[in-house]
Amino acid sequence: MSDDPLAGSRGGTATAETPPPDGAGRDNQPAPLAGAPRVSRRRKALRPYLLSVPAVLLCAGILYPFFLGVSYTFFDFSAANPAPDAVGFDNFTTILGSDAFWTSVRVTLTFALSATVLETVLGVGVALLLNRSSLVGKLFERVLIVPLMVAPILAAIMWKLLLLPEVGWVRPIAQFFGVNDYNGTDSPVMAMVWAVIVDAWIFTPFVAIIALAGLRSLPKSPFEASAVDGAGWWLTFRKLTLPMLWPYLLVAVIFRLMDNLKMFDVIFGLTSGGPGDATTTLQISAYLEAISYARYSRGLTYMFLLWLLVFVISMILVKYLRRIQDRAAGV
Amino acid sequence: MATTTEPTQAQPAAAPAPTKPPPTAARRADQRAAQRGSAAGLLANLALVLYFAFSLLPVLFIVALSLKTNAEQTTTYLWFTPTLENYQTVLGLGDSGSSYVRFFLASLATSTGAVLVSLAIGIPAAYAAARYRFKGSEDLMFTLLSFRFAPELVVIIPLGVIYQQIGLYDTIFGMVWVLQLVTMPLVVWILRSFFQDLPAELEEAALLDGYTRRQAFFKIVLPLVRPGIAAVCLLAFIFAWNNFIFPFTLTSGDAQTVTVSSLAFLGGNQVRFNLVAAGAVMAVLPPLVLALCIQRYLVRGLSFGAVKG
Repeated sequence: MSDDPLAGSRGGTATAETPPPDGAGRDNQPAPLAGAPRVSRRRKALRPYLLSVPAVLLCAGILYPFFLGVSYTFFDFSAANPAPDAVGFDNFTTILGSDAFWTSVRVTLTFALSATVLETVLGVGVALLLNRSSLVGKLFERVLIVPLMVAPILAAIMWKLLLLPEVGWVRPIAQFFGVNDYNGTDSPVMAMVWAVIVDAWIFTPFVAIIALAGLRSLPKSPFEASAVDGAGWWLTFRKLTLPMLWPYLLVAVIFRLMDNLKMFDVIFGLTSGGPGDATTTLQISAYLEAISYARYSRGLTYMFLLWLLVFVISMILVKYLRRIQDRAAGV
Repeated sequence: MATTTEPTQAQPAAAPAPTKPPPTAARRADQRAAQRGSAAGLLANLALVLYFAFSLLPVLFIVALSLKTNAEQTTTYLWFTPTLENYQTVLGLGDSGSSYVRFFLASLATSTGAVLVSLAIGIPAAYAAARYRFKGSEDLMFTLLSFRFAPELVVIIPLGVIYQQIGLYDTIFGMVWVLQLVTMPLVVWILRSFFQDLPAELEEAALLDGYTRRQAFFKIVLPLVRPGIAAVCLLAFIFAWNNFIFPFTLTSGDAQTVTVSSLAFLGGNQVRFNLVAAGAVMAVLPPLVLALCIQRYLVRGLSFGAVKG
């Protein structure tokens, strides 16, 4: 009963048997309360559960393969060994003891952190510029989301072609600025730099539209007050705009960091993890192990470790977000 | 207190009146500020133009490349005679033997199916989560959200094994099922925020008027959240359409989607960049057009209801 916020009011009036105040003008209608079905208390309490049953079943249908996958990490399951034996923590000790794994962790963190920072800084910048509502800004706001709606894999392919020395426009542009040894994504450092740039190309609009929505919902009076007091732009931004925008921004940052930690499409489409292992993130490693080499248990162990990393970071960040939002609501 | 401060307050106000120079100095300062303002405005516009040049350059490039002939595809020139031949080849007009149209239809079928299943399952769950406090509600919501943040391969590998066993590998139904990982969290989280926006008094009033709970939902609540549902539909469709890793790993031919097929043109001995470009342009169009229809709800949709734009 108490689980249903509406049940209290309905139960109360039903037992009182009083005509509804607006029922007077509708005499020919059946008495509203008499017409209301007498649903048993038990069914009323069960209703939210019944409504959620399909979703719970669906979750179970997805959690089953997930737990199956986790259980595979304790076997030596591969295409070559379809009848696997239990090997305990062997997969974990092998992988945690290998240099390739730690390189992969470093690459994953480098990519995720640089891409998230770049997207956040660019996104806030673009939002601040668009918030000035100039004519140019109004024109551009309409096309802001275009990169975001391009499938990431297609965006990666577009950029791959754009960066190809013999096809793309980047080489002539680089030459115009005096860079004559342009070689696309051939060097390890540039492969990572371009992967981050392509990711930022797609997802900066994501941060920008959330930041813009935040900026437009901020109250005007503190800014008027600071203008009257003669506060400069930077001071206003640092002491006023940024703290008030932070709850919005944090939502965008969480989404971007989580997505970038498990980014597959952009890197796979652009460099496939190369050159060498320069852009081999944990997702790419797991893909190579599980799909290319068909060593399922190995690949799953990689994935499970990445899943743990994402899970722990997201727990911490979501808790922090809750606290920030509560504080913002309390003010 | 008041009497002591009065003279000092009056002084600055009275000061400019007798002396002439301050106004002109102030005006000069005003002019300088205005100049600085317009200079800042110019800089801001310049920064915007630069960003949007960066943002639109790859799009313009890919459209240009898709219009180039074979002879011109490996040149970076902007001046060429455009041709629609690549689009015809990709679409399989003539005798190119391209399966692009089939991939396109598979994308359409899997994305539509995924959205419909998510709606059928997600609307009741979202409504329950918005209107009732019950045990496990938050657990369900966060389980769904964790699907959004889980690395896909952790499910794909075991699912691939299961799909092979029960014959769901490379089928539309198999794709619809696995795409729930993408569409379901989106639908439930966003719709919950739309349901929460409606005051509970609406349903209370309907119940008082003799509606059953079900009638109140279908006749009062549902029509009011219809714009939200439409927006969620389109957004979920876009994300399902743009997904790559699921069809890439769990299909091989029959249910292969358009995002995967774009890679096929890159393989082989003779890479046809102009065909890759034409295929990419056509695959990008549906999400773009749909996104323009729901710009109003994009902020809320993309942030899972966390930010109401």
